[in-house]
Amino acid sequence: MKIGVLVKQVPDTETKIRIGPDGTDIVREGIKYVMNPYDEFAVEQGLQIKEKQGGTPEVTVVSMGPASVAETVRTALAMGADRGVHLRDDAFEGGDALATARVLAAALRAENFDLVFTGKMAIDDNASVVPTAVAEMLNMPHVNLVQAFELAADGKTATVRRRIDGGEEIIECALPALFSCEKGLNEPRYASLTGIMKAKKKPIEEKNAAALGLAPGTVGAAGSGARRTRLLPLAERGACKFVEGDVREQVRTLVGLLRNESKVL
Amino acid sequence: MPKNILVVAETKGGGLRKTGLETLAAAKHVAATTGAEVTAVLVGHGLDAAAAALAQHGAAVVYAIDDASYATYSSEAYTEALSRLARERGAGCVLFADTSFGKDLAPAVAVRLEAALVTDVVGLDPQADGGLKVVHPIYTGKVNAEYLLQANTVQVVSMRPNVFMPAPEGGSGRVEKLAWSVQSPPRAVVKEVLATTGGKVELGEADRIVSGGRSLKSAENFKIIEDLAEVLGGAVGASRAAVDAGYQPHSRQVGQTGKVVNPTLYIACGISGAIQHLVGMRTSKVIVAINKDPSAPIFQTADYGVVGDLFEVVPILTEELKTTLGK
Repeated sequence: MKIGVLVKQVPDTETKIRIGPDGTDIVREGIKYVMNPYDEFAVEQGLQIKEKQGGTPEVTVVSMGPASVAETVRTALAMGADRGVHLRDDAFEGGDALATARVLAAALRAENFDLVFTGKMAIDDNASVVPTAVAEMLNMPHVNLVQAFELAADGKTATVRRRIDGGEEIIECALPALFSCEKGLNEPRYASLTGIMKAKKKPIEEKNAAALGLAPGTVGAAGSGARRTRLLPLAERGACKFVEGDVREQVRTLVGLLRNESKVL
Repeated sequence: MPKNILVVAETKGGGLRKTGLETLAAAKHVAATTGAEVTAVLVGHGLDAAAAALAQHGAAVVYAIDDASYATYSSEAYTEALSRLARERGAGCVLFADTSFGKDLAPAVAVRLEAALVTDVVGLDPQADGGLKVVHPIYTGKVNAEYLLQANTVQVVSMRPNVFMPAPEGGSGRVEKLAWSVQSPPRAVVKEVLATTGGKVELGEADRIVSGGRSLKSAENFKIIEDLAEVLGGAVGASRAAVDAGYQPHSRQVGQTGKVVNPTLYIACGISGAIQHLVGMRTSKVIVAINKDPSAPIFQTADYGVVGDLFEVVPILTEELKTTLGK
């Protein structure tokens, strides 16, 4: 059994976001990059399956991006993944979600994974597109927002619990398949010191557009149907209006404001 | 030739989900500039009432892909049906609501149609040439990004709930039933659907939300939050701290690792206002904060502030609203 995990390197959640001078990208200096938090659930899930199967399944981490992305791949290797594939080419830069999915799908096609895990969403682009799009490009079934995962004894299907609006679905899915992971699926482990040491010797293979058989016009900015035109700062909110008096007065004033000033009641 | 717009609506318990009418309103907004025809589609079984509702709210044609084989949701079967319809009817712009349903389908349909795609859209600016500019919050709402989907490509967009008001009643479109059925058996099969909100308003599409933080101190104490939400006909939310403490399920968490919500009224009770929470609710139209600590960061994002003990303020607010709203 071969397990693939798609991870993305993103700015840390605490990053202050400022619009850069060109108006279409953020200021990149000083940003601390981390593994997308939802992808940690994906790595953990892959590792748990490997362990349950006596360590035989190989867990491969796949990530796209510039040189710094190797650190994130290394983090997953330190958690326990076996090898990394780093998709790196200037031609990949500036792509929309579908152009990125095209690169990842090409890499996955060459690997023939039985199981693919990834986070439900990257916390930088917030698109939730890549998991479904990659699966569709590979003509593979997918289940998004997975909160519980159980592999059948014969390894041919998985039964998963998925979050939907107002409820949950229990889905049985034939493999090979792709699953996007939601918070609550598991508790991602921290890399141990031995894990970090071992990761230094684990292989990370770099692949560019040519190695993946992708024409430059189909990936990155050139292959994107949605072009980012500019970044817009958030609309400023007015100052907070504090209601005064004792509790009853405060409440009465508040209800009056909601009713007559903002007209939401 | 302006692009035909296809609105993908969804049903819930046999009826039309409110987001369908919002998406219809978004489509009409685009059509007002481009002169496009607005059509809509439903996939499922027993769609008559929902299809009629769309036809009575401004869809010129409503396609009802209605068959017992579509009764249970299937990503694969629905993707196939929607892509086929969009292709056969020459839809140039396909609009979804960014619900768990829309999120699951829009990327797959966009891949099949070789379309340009932007999800979770909070603003639509149609161009005279048929291009479509859209606004999508990135970095969990810390900044907005504008994208251009060009005129010469199929455009697929999913709209965040509560951005557009539902389309008002008016118009008498026709319903076209399509006797299609699921062709190849799906590889991912829904075996069971478990409801968690029990008929209550779903957080993502609630128009009014009352949220509680860790200062509620227990799951039981959330009763006062639920009472206030009920009087308002709204949903209950919670901060990550309250969820981590076990007071509320994760399905109610508002914030970076929970739900991003966009209601008309958001009342934050005993929530300090960590960035993790703010990014999940700060696009709400009106925000009320109730907190003991006047220097809590939540007040910088709120429109109205009540400095006080939530255990005193919230029940009195509930009583006052009962009278005001005549309940």
